[in-house]
Amino acid sequence: MSARLEGELLEVSMGPQHPSTHGVFRMNVALDGEIVVKLKPVFGYLHRNHEQIGERTSYLGTMPYTDRLDYFNSMSNNWGYALAVEKLAGVEVPERAQYLRVILAELSRLQNHASLLGFLLSDMGAWGTPLMYAFREREKVLDLFESLAGSRMMCDYMRFGGCRVDADAAWMERAKKIVYDFPRFLDEFEELILENEIVIARTQHVGRVSAELAISAGITGPMLRASGVNYDLRKVDGYGFYPRFKFRIPLGEHGDTYDRLMMRVLEMRESIDILKQAFEAITPGPITNPKVKVRGFRPPAGECYGRIEGPKGELGFYLISDGTGTPYRYHVRAPSFINLTILEDMCLGHTVADVMVILGSIDIVMGEVDR
Amino acid sequence: MESLEQIKSRIEAAIAGASVTIVPNPGPANQPSLLIDNEHAFAAVQFLRDDAELRLDYCSSVTGVDWLDRTVKKTVKVKEIVDGVEKEIDRAEEEKIPGYLEAVYHLYSTVRKHGPVIVRMRTTDRLDGAHLPSMTPLYRSAEFQEREIYDLYGVTFEGHPDLRRILMWDEFEDHPMRKDYVQPDDFEYEPTPHDEVLERAKEHYSERPTIDGAEPVSTQP
Repeated sequence: MSARLEGELLEVSMGPQHPSTHGVFRMNVALDGEIVVKLKPVFGYLHRNHEQIGERTSYLGTMPYTDRLDYFNSMSNNWGYALAVEKLAGVEVPERAQYLRVILAELSRLQNHASLLGFLLSDMGAWGTPLMYAFREREKVLDLFESLAGSRMMCDYMRFGGCRVDADAAWMERAKKIVYDFPRFLDEFEELILENEIVIARTQHVGRVSAELAISAGITGPMLRASGVNYDLRKVDGYGFYPRFKFRIPLGEHGDTYDRLMMRVLEMRESIDILKQAFEAITPGPITNPKVKVRGFRPPAGECYGRIEGPKGELGFYLISDGTGTPYRYHVRAPSFINLTILEDMCLGHTVADVMVILGSIDIVMGEVDR
Repeated sequence: MESLEQIKSRIEAAIAGASVTIVPNPGPANQPSLLIDNEHAFAAVQFLRDDAELRLDYCSSVTGVDWLDRTVKKTVKVKEIVDGVEKEIDRAEEEKIPGYLEAVYHLYSTVRKHGPVIVRMRTTDRLDGAHLPSMTPLYRSAEFQEREIYDLYGVTFEGHPDLRRILMWDEFEDHPMRKDYVQPDDFEYEPTPHDEVLERAKEHYSERPTIDGAEPVSTQP
């Protein structure tokens, strides 16, 4: 008789209806006891062929569809798409619209990162309370979006060469108040979570990604910077008016889940800095480029890849125009889809409970993964 | 960053036999790309990644494009004998350009902070020749994106470690992003033993009357 106890591998299908998979996402996991030895992500449950819908509608018609990609950050998605089309057609954006875009994209980043932290804590077992704290702040930002764009999550706000509606002085005052009050929430939240023993035990040295692997795997956004790679498109590309702002790029050291969590906290602080500067710098003026005919928009033939630093990573739009009112090819480079590539590498050797935390720290939204 | 012409000549100098064409991109975006032949594409992209000047270590976006068969109309001057006199006549001719599928890679450098260098590869045709070398051994980020092209466009990537459908379900047969894709009437239809029973049951039905000689409406394909 063998002295060693030999067990069989246990195959578990985690998801698609698991509460911590943040949507309909499945992982086929092979377990040796409690340790993950193999993990294959399965998705596509929300696939609606977003790209083909884009190839069948007008350029403007795709704008509201981009809201549905990463439905936490419709403002950033709008900007990414508008930026690509503007590049394709060589359209200038007036100054006030550029500032408005920065303000809205950074507000979007604030609420995305805040709710991500809430979800992550929820995945770790801190059920409800931290998430509700985060959602309280998110509501304030969503109320702002609603009063400006008419919708809380599906904003459909940007247009080629500008923005759809202008923000009045009262809106600016409300936004200013929310932004100036935000650090109070952050102080409280950081005190609650960052030195919490359970959070530290669950996240430090869990799901480490080396800088080389992160670059090769196309990881972008806070996840890449948690591995210590200084690559932020707001600095690298300097799109929009970002070169006019003073802000720093927080960098991690270990590339583990704790660093990824920390990146979000620090990025929120930098976003607040950017927002404060934007409120000072914004001046009255036109918000649309009068030369652009938004309806029946026909860019010249050619192709273009435009990208922005979304809250989840590099959000890119690839467009091929054949000179008609419909794009010949419309492709979305979705950050959370590509950030999932090395999920298996991150989870190998960890327990099932850690898989949930690692997945939570990637920050995926299935609307964008499945497209 | 060097100009695309310089990169092209350096690739051709480093890799014997590689044929690189610059695909111009008119329009304000001004993002021309490099078309590399399939046989040398892997080595050429490896050169772009490892070259000390370029260091294109980050493959951002990988995507497919479908180009259908198209005919280009052009006028050709032909010499013909009309009424015993040789004359030059303009004759309209149609040139058929066979369709192909394309994979487009956008490469950037996180070290040098430059880019994009856009690399394209073309399949020989849209049917059996839809094969391309996989870049996944060079860039992990191509893994899911090449799977997506395989799924939605039907390009087989040779050398890909795990080429499966990714967004559509495994039993799905067509490639929905192709330009000539036609949607089925019923996505959910799949043959079951139930269908055989229904088929046999038809023998017992009386013949249905048709209205004005029209075909009876069928519910299943």
